[in-house]
Amino acid sequence: MRYSALSILMNGLVGNRAWRPAWRDPQPKLHYDVVIVGGGGHGLATAYYLAKEFDITNVAVLEKGYVGSGNVGRNTTIIRSNYLLPGNNPFYEFSMKLWEGLERDFNFNAMVSQRGVVNLYHSDAQRDAYTRRGNAMRLHGVDAELLDRAAVRKMLPFLDFDNARFPIQGGLIQRRGGTVRHDAVAWGYARGADSRGVDIIQNCEVTGIRRENGRVTGVETSRGFIGCGKLALAAAGNSSRVAAMADLRLPIESHVLQAFVSEGLKPFIDCVVTFGAGHFYVSQSDKGGLVFGGDIDGYNSYAQRGNLATVEHVAEAGKSMIPALSRVRVLRAWGGIMDMSMDGSPIIDRTHIDNLYLNAGWCYGGFKATPASGYCFAHLIAREAPQETARAFRLDRFERGHLIDEKGMGAQPNLH
Amino acid sequence: MASLISCPHCGARPKEEFTIKGAVLPRPDAGAGSEAWMDYVYRRDNPRGAYREYWHHTSGCRRWLVVTRDTASHEVAACQDAALAKRAEAQP
Repeated sequence: MRYSALSILMNGLVGNRAWRPAWRDPQPKLHYDVVIVGGGGHGLATAYYLAKEFDITNVAVLEKGYVGSGNVGRNTTIIRSNYLLPGNNPFYEFSMKLWEGLERDFNFNAMVSQRGVVNLYHSDAQRDAYTRRGNAMRLHGVDAELLDRAAVRKMLPFLDFDNARFPIQGGLIQRRGGTVRHDAVAWGYARGADSRGVDIIQNCEVTGIRRENGRVTGVETSRGFIGCGKLALAAAGNSSRVAAMADLRLPIESHVLQAFVSEGLKPFIDCVVTFGAGHFYVSQSDKGGLVFGGDIDGYNSYAQRGNLATVEHVAEAGKSMIPALSRVRVLRAWGGIMDMSMDGSPIIDRTHIDNLYLNAGWCYGGFKATPASGYCFAHLIAREAPQETARAFRLDRFERGHLIDEKGMGAQPNLH
Repeated sequence: MASLISCPHCGARPKEEFTIKGAVLPRPDAGAGSEAWMDYVYRRDNPRGAYREYWHHTSGCRRWLVVTRDTASHEVAACQDAALAKRAEAQP
């Protein structure tokens, strides 16, 4: 059923009893052309674009929990393409362009809101660094604008401009950046893939990868063996564990990142703001809650919860930026497991096994990448060649020395 | 994670005093091949479960420690001095 104003009206006339589930709950078949491990944003987007752009519809997405139970439902919903490095920038801009047309494309309201992303700078050196990043963005055709102190003050008068240690000098704004309703992204892709014939199989955990003569023949799962022509891994958070089933040791550590939502407040932040003197980012949801987060906890973890010390640290950074936050009460806090790669950038590549493909290492930047990640991964699986904007995300870049290290932190995942 | 870590030198101390470095890995010889160094610098087992990692008691004795921790439950099983642990391992 195509969603439209008319469909809402017609369904309303019959008491909303005619709505169908947005996707089926099929039994797994014995064999698929492509099996995707991971029913999160990236896995579902991959299935969607495989079916829609590359005409491969005999596809299954295997999800160990339910659709949207992982990181796609656990992030702070920010989208942006304000990257510096040539390996990253065109890819994230491709993603931004897909975001801009996404709702019409998959006929689902994902509440894409291009409300602007402001990165604050607090020193001359940081202004220079942001100028450089802004220029790099503009050279790649991405919108970027350097704001001085007066311009930022006009937009966000409640910031602590005269903080003794971190006075705000200005900001770099990407006006096309913003937020998206994260769950709706998973639902929209799931529905779009399902309607094109993709089987989304929930509560189906992969427990082994079966191989014969150097090729993958299928996966052992909690719901039995499922054969496949090609196997695609999109299990960020647990990439190392799934890859280990195929004797692949990844340049990745799993870390926990926490996020928070405050009580509902009257509208006062109409964009995304990030603190430049620490790690803190905040936006306000349409329900009024402040959605915010900061650094990862800094230790390997598979627990979807973090520690109080990090909660305090994030709160302190937030209060340094917006003093009015001091009395705001936090309603919810949660954790997600990040694939922290060794250079802070992702991997979309083939592996040592011919028909095994890897999509991993999204660190804590995976949400904004969802559409392009799915598109590029589908391109790789269907055409056996990387999509133009994802060429740098190779698994062997670590051996070749072609790292994509935005922060220049080196092989220390808890610092990226 | 436990709020208190039992440092072998300082006793039970708040975990905020410590800095976590990462996996305990045997460092290859300087002349080892690039594949050995690639493994050491970039590749990780990244297990769900028992994990040995280097912690620095930054705000305490400033010794490097080896903490054995569970990455799924965050439970800390053991905490040893890194140099002493290495010496103990080296003995026949």
